[in-house]
Amino acid sequence: MRKSARLGAAVFGVVLAVSACSAGGDEPGAAGGQEKVTLSYAMWDNNQKPVMEELSKAFTATHPDITVNVQLTPWEGYWTKLKAAATGGAAPDVFWMNGPNFQLYASNGVLRPLEEEITNDKVDLSVYPKPLIDLYTFDGKHFGLPKDMDTIGVWYNKTLFDAKKVPYPADDWTWDDFKSAVAKLSDPAKGVYGTAAQLTSFQEYQYNTIDQAGGFVISPDGKKSGYDNPQTIEGLRFWTDLIKNKQSPDLKTMTDTFPLQLFEAGKIAMYWGGSWNVSEFAANDYTKDKVDVAPLPKGQKQATIIHGVANVVSAKTEHPAQAWEFVKFLGSKQAADILGKKGPIPAYNGTQSAWVAAHPEFKLQTFLDAVAYAAPFPVSKNTAAWNEAELTYLTKAWTGEQPVEKAATELAAAMNALLAKE
Amino acid sequence: MTLTTRRGATKPARRRDRAVEALWGYAFIAPIGLGLAVFYLWPVLQTAYFSFTEWGAFGGHTWTGAANYLRLIADPEMGRALVNTLTYTVLGLLAIPLAIVFAALLNTKGLRGVGVYRTMFFLPVVTMPVAIAMVWRWLYNGEYGLINLVLSLVGIDGPNWIADPDTALYALVVVGVWSSVGYNLIIFLAGMQAIPKEYYEAAAIDGAGPVRQFVKVTLPLLSPTAFFVSVISVIGSLQLFDLVYVIGGSGSSARSNPAFPRLETVVQLFYERAFVTNDRGYAAAIVMALLVLIIALTAFQFRLQRRWVHYA
Repeated sequence: MRKSARLGAAVFGVVLAVSACSAGGDEPGAAGGQEKVTLSYAMWDNNQKPVMEELSKAFTATHPDITVNVQLTPWEGYWTKLKAAATGGAAPDVFWMNGPNFQLYASNGVLRPLEEEITNDKVDLSVYPKPLIDLYTFDGKHFGLPKDMDTIGVWYNKTLFDAKKVPYPADDWTWDDFKSAVAKLSDPAKGVYGTAAQLTSFQEYQYNTIDQAGGFVISPDGKKSGYDNPQTIEGLRFWTDLIKNKQSPDLKTMTDTFPLQLFEAGKIAMYWGGSWNVSEFAANDYTKDKVDVAPLPKGQKQATIIHGVANVVSAKTEHPAQAWEFVKFLGSKQAADILGKKGPIPAYNGTQSAWVAAHPEFKLQTFLDAVAYAAPFPVSKNTAAWNEAELTYLTKAWTGEQPVEKAATELAAAMNALLAKE
Repeated sequence: MTLTTRRGATKPARRRDRAVEALWGYAFIAPIGLGLAVFYLWPVLQTAYFSFTEWGAFGGHTWTGAANYLRLIADPEMGRALVNTLTYTVLGLLAIPLAIVFAALLNTKGLRGVGVYRTMFFLPVVTMPVAIAMVWRWLYNGEYGLINLVLSLVGIDGPNWIADPDTALYALVVVGVWSSVGYNLIIFLAGMQAIPKEYYEAAAIDGAGPVRQFVKVTLPLLSPTAFFVSVISVIGSLQLFDLVYVIGGSGSSARSNPAFPRLETVVQLFYERAFVTNDRGYAAAIVMALLVLIIALTAFQFRLQRRWVHYA
């Protein structure tokens, strides 16, 4: 009990701290005149804090009455803190939102719908990739403007390819090409594997192969699981077969040492990873001159999962007009140009060339070309609940304890039960 | 109030004195009492209330009666978390005999560098649990860990200690015992030093050697200390979270650990329901059940102590 009491106290403390922050933010200006307003803006990525501050300054330059206070909460505590703050009615005015959490917040009235503002200000939504606009639409209403985006590619170790005289992946390669490359590159005696069938990152692994196999994770209306669909199961079998054939480390090994670490130690030839890995691989002494990136191989069709962060407005903000102005600015071409030089890929079409040019050593255009066939990130109102079920059930298929069809069918039943409760 | 008035005071007046005195007493403990009430007692009562409700992700709750508790009884995950937690708790008690032995050795007269040893034993206590867990995670690594490297030198192919369902919980117990021996040891040392020398002198005159003295004098007189330590460590073990969260994996890498069904603890399950899957009413029921279990086990220990604890 001590623990829960302490947790209670901690949550209480956080709520106090957050409410204190936002209370301190409002300085009423001269009566009747233009109000001086400070907006709080919450985000989780330490690497992006400088560029977010730069964007805030650029915004204040054109909106002298509004200053923005950028608040960094590291990823590990971001959602816990935000949930506590929102529960206490003291969420930041503007904050970062991601796909898996969006519907939970939107359906509970924590977010302010931006439909009217978008219509009144004639904001053109076609400049953003459509799957991202759809991701942040709930009940037919738009709740945010996309900030950045990421797609998935196959990072490969050129040194290992050269050693086995395997040609580098072609842009139009297929599942069969991938599997034959994996077979040639695997060398269990040396502890080298063609790839790693990572279980924990569905965005980089299973969701992609499920789409490529023609399957689906969740029905478009968000009511039904796709895990009992035969094509979805093929997308999962893609990975479990690799483990069975010893062309990927087994799950125990990947629990001890994450695939990313194995790739950076030259133990894995191909690592399915996001565009966000660029800075990591460019900085790592081992990978910086040994790796490059190729598109995901084609199954029944070509597909990559696209995801991006959006800027959203709190439903309880005291300054909805100013908060919208800021979100609109963050979604503008001017902001995207600043973001692209320093941060992730901006979501605004046609502003990504600076991002590609930043690391000429990698074929980063790959990630942008993938947008053309990108598939949406599967979410529902309480995504976290079935995300947990995915791990609980699929672990048994990954260890080989259960055939993948059985694990997936059981997962579908559990997920359907969770979806029914939403 | 002066002495004269008190001497002349009648009975009711004396009672009033006592009431005033009590009032002052309460005034002095008010700061801590208020803190406890606001930050401990009130959350406990609230949690008890919420355990009978279904919570929305952002507050707002509906009364569901005993539904959470019925679900708790039928939840296989709660069952296995309980088994894991109780196994860990029982095995964790190994730290007590170990600490007594080490304390007796450190209490040996004329031992050189005793300060160095005591510091070494106490070091894990002042180190952050998360840091300890990180280092042990590396040691236990199946491919690159130091433990398996040493084993390979003598021709043993060690398992993936924390990812293998057969070894994971025991690997965790080793870390738990290792990090708590130091704390227990300090308490036992203090307990040993409080035992009057005369007892040992008398025992020596009667012809008892060091081992016999330890068994017949030290152990019985140390039993109150052992009782205290066992109560504290059972309560601590039942609330195990940080070690398993870091060593066994956190977030998605906890559940994807093949050993997860053998590692998950009650508090970990509570954490996942409360903060990951937005199921707070149920989470409240989990911790209330844990509270009842802790109270029951502690009461049981108090009952049992009559059999084995000797107060000098």
